[in-house]
Amino acid sequence: MISFNHVTKSYGEEITAIDDVDFTVEQGKIVVLLGPSGCGKTTLLRMVNRLESISKGEIIINGENSKDLDPIELRRKIGYVIQSNGLFPNMTIEENVMLVPDLLGWSKKDKRERFEYLMTLIGLDAKDYGKRHPHELSGGQQQRIGVVRALAADPPVMLMDEPFGALDPIIRDKIQEEFLQIQREVKKTILFVSHDIDEAIKMADKIVLLRDGKIMQFDTPSEMLAHPKNEFVSQFFGKDRAIKSLSLHTVENLREVIGLGPVDETVQDTKTIHVHQDLRNTLSMLLNQEAEQVIVKDEQGENIGTITIDMVQKYLHFEIKGKMSASQEG
Amino acid sequence: MGNWARFLEVNAPRILELTIDHAVLVSLAIFVALLIGIPLGIYLTTNQYLADTVLQIASITLTIPSIALFGVMIPIFSLINQGIGFVPAFVALVLYSQLPIIRNTYTGIKNVNPEMRDAAIGMGMKTHQRLLRVEIPNALPVIMAGVRTAVVMNIGIAVIAAYIGAGGLGVLITQGISRNDNYLIISGSIAVAILAIIADSILLLIQKRFTKKAIAE
Amino acid sequence: MKRKKLIGNIVRYALYAAVAAFFIWAISNNYFDYIFSQSETFLVLLRQHIVLVLVSSLLAILIAVPAGILITRPKFKKAEWVFSNIANLGQTIPSLAVLALMISILGIGFQTAVFALFIYSILPIFRNTVAGIDSIDKNMIDAAKGMGMKPHQILFRIELPNSAYSILAGIRTAVVLNIGTAALAYVVGAGGLGVWIFTGINLFDNGFLISGAIPVTLLAILADYLLRKVEYIVVPKGSRHIEKA
Repeated sequence: MISFNHVTKSYGEEITAIDDVDFTVEQGKIVVLLGPSGCGKTTLLRMVNRLESISKGEIIINGENSKDLDPIELRRKIGYVIQSNGLFPNMTIEENVMLVPDLLGWSKKDKRERFEYLMTLIGLDAKDYGKRHPHELSGGQQQRIGVVRALAADPPVMLMDEPFGALDPIIRDKIQEEFLQIQREVKKTILFVSHDIDEAIKMADKIVLLRDGKIMQFDTPSEMLAHPKNEFVSQFFGKDRAIKSLSLHTVENLREVIGLGPVDETVQDTKTIHVHQDLRNTLSMLLNQEAEQVIVKDEQGENIGTITIDMVQKYLHFEIKGKMSASQEG
Repeated sequence: MGNWARFLEVNAPRILELTIDHAVLVSLAIFVALLIGIPLGIYLTTNQYLADTVLQIASITLTIPSIALFGVMIPIFSLINQGIGFVPAFVALVLYSQLPIIRNTYTGIKNVNPEMRDAAIGMGMKTHQRLLRVEIPNALPVIMAGVRTAVVMNIGIAVIAAYIGAGGLGVLITQGISRNDNYLIISGSIAVAILAIIADSILLLIQKRFTKKAIAE
Repeated sequence: MKRKKLIGNIVRYALYAAVAAFFIWAISNNYFDYIFSQSETFLVLLRQHIVLVLVSSLLAILIAVPAGILITRPKFKKAEWVFSNIANLGQTIPSLAVLALMISILGIGFQTAVFALFIYSILPIFRNTVAGIDSIDKNMIDAAKGMGMKPHQILFRIELPNSAYSILAGIRTAVVLNIGTAALAYVVGAGGLGVWIFTGINLFDNGFLISGAIPVTLLAILADYLLRKVEYIVVPKGSRHIEKA
């Protein structure tokens, strides 16, 4: 758990980089720091592992005040991933990944075992990749190595500064999925900086929207989309908030509210979709194919119904717009 | 200070004359080196095997100590009765300048943005047109850097040429050594240093102007 | 393609032939005789030359590398600009002058030459050490700090290995330069192979000239080759790649 208690950072009298920030990252959850350039999100992140100083207030990490600990010891207990991955070219992959455990004095055996485990998390062969050097790997592979390096010493807390920002969109999507899967297994407390709204909506349990060092809203993604607290928040997420929020709803949600259509097996060229897929992907699929419907399968692979563009629109109208106009009246 | 004032009063004309001699020797050597080096560097971009060989040779030439190279030039040129003086020094200086000039011309052209090269070929330019209109103008900053290196290097090496009778500012230093006269040594050193700094600065300005043009294009 | 390869090979072999021709010509004129007829003297001069170079280079490395590391520490960042410019300016002063000026301070002899050579070779090593460390991606250092590495750990595990290529190149340049400058040590009475070169010039004796100049040249080429091999062994595989790119 990371608690920010009235944290402020100022340079002299005039410049306030972080203004009375107060929120908590729950254990095992991902909080995304989101905001325009210069809003202070990276600065705020770096205050946690004391790469930036705190002028006022405190940051409490798992019950300990960050100021009370020796900075070096503190950093060894926190995983740190940066955008350019910061892998050290002169070391092998294994030496890179196991660096913090090495600093902490782990035995060779423990290090080797841990390395093998970490590599299975990202689906790379430990024996093959361990001896290679960073420059031999692709950008995507390097970034994944960067992520497991932060997990190496099994820190309770992780700080991630736009870790997937330098990757091209297709790889980024894959790695985001992979990371969420890893998080389901390791359940770390994570503070994640992003400037990408879609990434934030996808990855976050909660979002902190910052502007000029102040918190504009601290909420779950669907709440921020449905109930923006002020003009800035609604403008930031843009007029297509509705479409964006589609990614938070699944076919299952739609089925619960308006039900699915009957299966017509004579229709050719229909694709199938899993019942837990999100509606945004469903809509893409519907728009990209000839047939007007997509068949929905459940966990057992059975056909349970069909879905059309009309049905998505109907759901959108009732569920989301209903919520939003309610908030505008309220 | 008084000693210095007197010394400079007496010797200033001579110092100036030697500086000019020195500058002339270096300038001529650089000029010839450019005439040989730049075309050669350009040609090398068309033949990788030759490039590897030539660059290796030029690189080894640079490791040869200057006094040794001057020394070897003497017996060779005494065959045509030019063993001492301007000729061996001149040839040695030309040889020394080859590496920076050839290498920078070669890498400058090779490193021109491949997209630019593609565009030129796509527009239907022949090899020599492409070289002249696209690649060389864009490689100029790097080539100028090579020229700068060669000039500064030569100004320093030419000092030793005094020992084989080629004149120049080295004379002040060698005479200063044999006469145990520190004023001569110091004024010679400072003159060389100033010459090098001035030459480097002027060439740097030219290089910067070429860089701006290259980026603008 | 084949034609190009042919041209390349022709030039290469033409050069071997030219060098061979030179040696044949020199040998037939008995230019190398002194090495054998005065072999004791030759070996003494050779030993003096090598000692001069080794001592001055080692001293220079011992001072210049730590100095380069020191100047790139955050505390001294502001001084870096000053020292770099002094170093660059210093390089324009001819080696001969450095030697000559030392005479008035240290007299003539071995110590003068060693000191002058030492001063002269500090610059390339210092400059390359600074350039090497400065060229390291700041993000890497940030990641290292963020992971909890102490400053000395960052220096020895990250900064030095990744600037090794540059530092060793600087050392190689300095040593080869030294071999050449040591040939001028004659001027301060410190011996070395330069004695024969200058004797050759003063007495119009090509034999002394060649017998002095060629060994010095071979020494320089050999040192360059050996140090490149050392570079290859010492520089970590991953960081060498960066220099090429």
